[in-house]
Amino acid sequence: MKICFFHLMPYRFLPASFENEYRSVWVDPPVSLYDARRTHGLYNEFLDELEHAERCGFDGLCVNEHHQNAYGLMPSPNLMAAALTRRTSSAAIIVLGNSLALYNPPVRVAEEFAMLDVMSGGRLVAGFPVGTSMDTNFGYGVNPATLRDRYYEAHDLVMQAWTRPEVFAFNGKYTQLRYVNLWPRPLQTPHPPVWIPGGGSLETWEWTARRDYVYCYLSYFGYKRGKATMDGFWHTLGELGVDDNPYRAGFLQLVCVAPTDEEAERDYAEHVHYFYQKCLHVWEGFAEAPGYRTLRTLKAGVRAQIGDAARKIRQSLHWGQYLDQGYVIAGSPATVREQLTDCIRNLRIGHLMVLLQIGSMPKELTIQNTELFGKEVLPHLRDLWPGYTDRWWPSGAGNGSAHR
Amino acid sequence: MKPSERTIAIRAGAVKFRVLSAGRGPALVYLHSFHDRSSWPPLLERLAERFTVHAPLHPGVRGSDGVEHLDDVVDLGLAYDELLGALRLDSTLVAGHFFGAMVAAELAALCPGRVRKLCLISPLGLWIDGKPVADVIVLPSAQLDALLWSDPESEAARSWRTWPLDEEENVAAQIEQTQRLAVMGKFVWPIPDKGLKKRLHRVTAPTLVLWGDDDRVNPDAYGQEFIHRIRRARFERLVGGHMLHLESMRAVAAAMTEFFASTRVSTARSRASRGTGSPRRTRPSG
Repeated sequence: MKICFFHLMPYRFLPASFENEYRSVWVDPPVSLYDARRTHGLYNEFLDELEHAERCGFDGLCVNEHHQNAYGLMPSPNLMAAALTRRTSSAAIIVLGNSLALYNPPVRVAEEFAMLDVMSGGRLVAGFPVGTSMDTNFGYGVNPATLRDRYYEAHDLVMQAWTRPEVFAFNGKYTQLRYVNLWPRPLQTPHPPVWIPGGGSLETWEWTARRDYVYCYLSYFGYKRGKATMDGFWHTLGELGVDDNPYRAGFLQLVCVAPTDEEAERDYAEHVHYFYQKCLHVWEGFAEAPGYRTLRTLKAGVRAQIGDAARKIRQSLHWGQYLDQGYVIAGSPATVREQLTDCIRNLRIGHLMVLLQIGSMPKELTIQNTELFGKEVLPHLRDLWPGYTDRWWPSGAGNGSAHR
Repeated sequence: MKPSERTIAIRAGAVKFRVLSAGRGPALVYLHSFHDRSSWPPLLERLAERFTVHAPLHPGVRGSDGVEHLDDVVDLGLAYDELLGALRLDSTLVAGHFFGAMVAAELAALCPGRVRKLCLISPLGLWIDGKPVADVIVLPSAQLDALLWSDPESEAARSWRTWPLDEEENVAAQIEQTQRLAVMGKFVWPIPDKGLKKRLHRVTAPTLVLWGDDDRVNPDAYGQEFIHRIRRARFERLVGGHMLHLESMRAVAAAMTEFFASTRVSTARSRASRGTGSPRRTRPSG
């Protein structure tokens, strides 16, 4: 079992009335709410928290890419990953990832990931998300109708750039390059492991399986709701005749650990509430541009996690419901161990990613959460999948408990 | 009158147009926009009394196919040229609303010989900083409703707003709407300025530009831009909102019929272009 520490780097200082006064945390939140001085402090806190997670025994450190929002201050996760290569030594550096369709030309991604892999001594996991509609269609203006086509083409270009030994020409629909010849190239051979964060679209399950990549479901609605999606994923793999090695799957879960269940509520409730009420406050019009989902996925009735429908559900939530519905696993180490074991077994997850800094959670509390998790929870989850090999773990990263 | 239907394939079957046709008289091609839930609205029924109306659906909309083979608005304009060729419409009357008007203008600019006269109802296709056209592709329905109509309680607005009660039909209608917005959005995302401004001077067809006096989606400054860039263009304001063709159907039909039936080429440009005249009143409409 691999357990990774995921950081979204949220802006922690939105006003209490944010969700009532402003329509969206993404795309057009007013910049008058942003304070560069305080954000200087935030970036340093967040990097401290990630570095500390390695010391607490986490196998991997995850960062990701979002644009024009107060939900996650990482337009460039590669910058954060670069900082981590110098201040950590054994944890996998998992960039989940670079939204391929946003880079022109996409060899930029091949180059930067190669740099990160070399700098870190082969600890990189290369994540390729399509990206949310807010990020891609609105923040970066990419046409929803061609977003996926661009993504697939960019993926092919990156993989060729990493693996083809000769200088080659790439005549794509969206990118034409007469001479592709990457310097530097990744340290891992043939290339860093590829993980694909997805939102439950049918095409992504099939594509991920065919390419032999890891599929990561990054949901904020927890393991109970995530079950249907992961069942769909495993079912698709079965149909394609692919094995059910749990390391083919990654899953994100929000977790709050405290000495007791009561203390968990006391310490974490307001920060969890901040996350659900403010960080996910996305205007319905930005949640999903027409054409963002394929017709096939649309017909299959997959709903977006954000937007108006989800907002109605969220607005009525309180601590007890976050827990009952599994959005957050919180409580004493024993409570958390039990539920996470359930989550890992039920969803068949080999790569668990936990979000331990949530919403407005300050550094001291994040450190407490991380240390308690590392000491009281993590060791008990290690051996849940005996007999399976993780073929999707970076070769230069520590393997399980071996590095501690 | 129930329109007849056929499917016309171009480009070796890669693009297929479903075309509805009815009426008698000179051929008139009408092109729909984002929010047309009906393929054969009352306006076309009315026009079919004087014209042979052909209403193709854009690729990807309700039975037309192959939008993935069309890369941009020039490609789409050329596809329509090929469709009209297949329909043996060599020099024809062309009209459209908003997105459809943009495509009609592209066609008239790319292939001036194909279009004899052009009627643009609140056309899309240009961009003026400071006067953005409303982002109607993404607006949630409640906010959209407040922009599309001059009178949201009008018969046309109420009927447009009515969704099927049957769950299966309702879901199908929602999917149809998302798909319709997506395939048209492909050609104008994220800003509809795709080069039409440098092609409009090629339009030779006499052109009538119609605008609702209460169009809350598309500022009429765009109308002025169109008539400045098209050589023989005239601007006319009618009472109504953005969905003028539904909300003020009779007035639109009357203006179009007069313009298309007239053999005289208008010289009224300078008067109309200032937009000072009061809108023509032909209410009530249906």
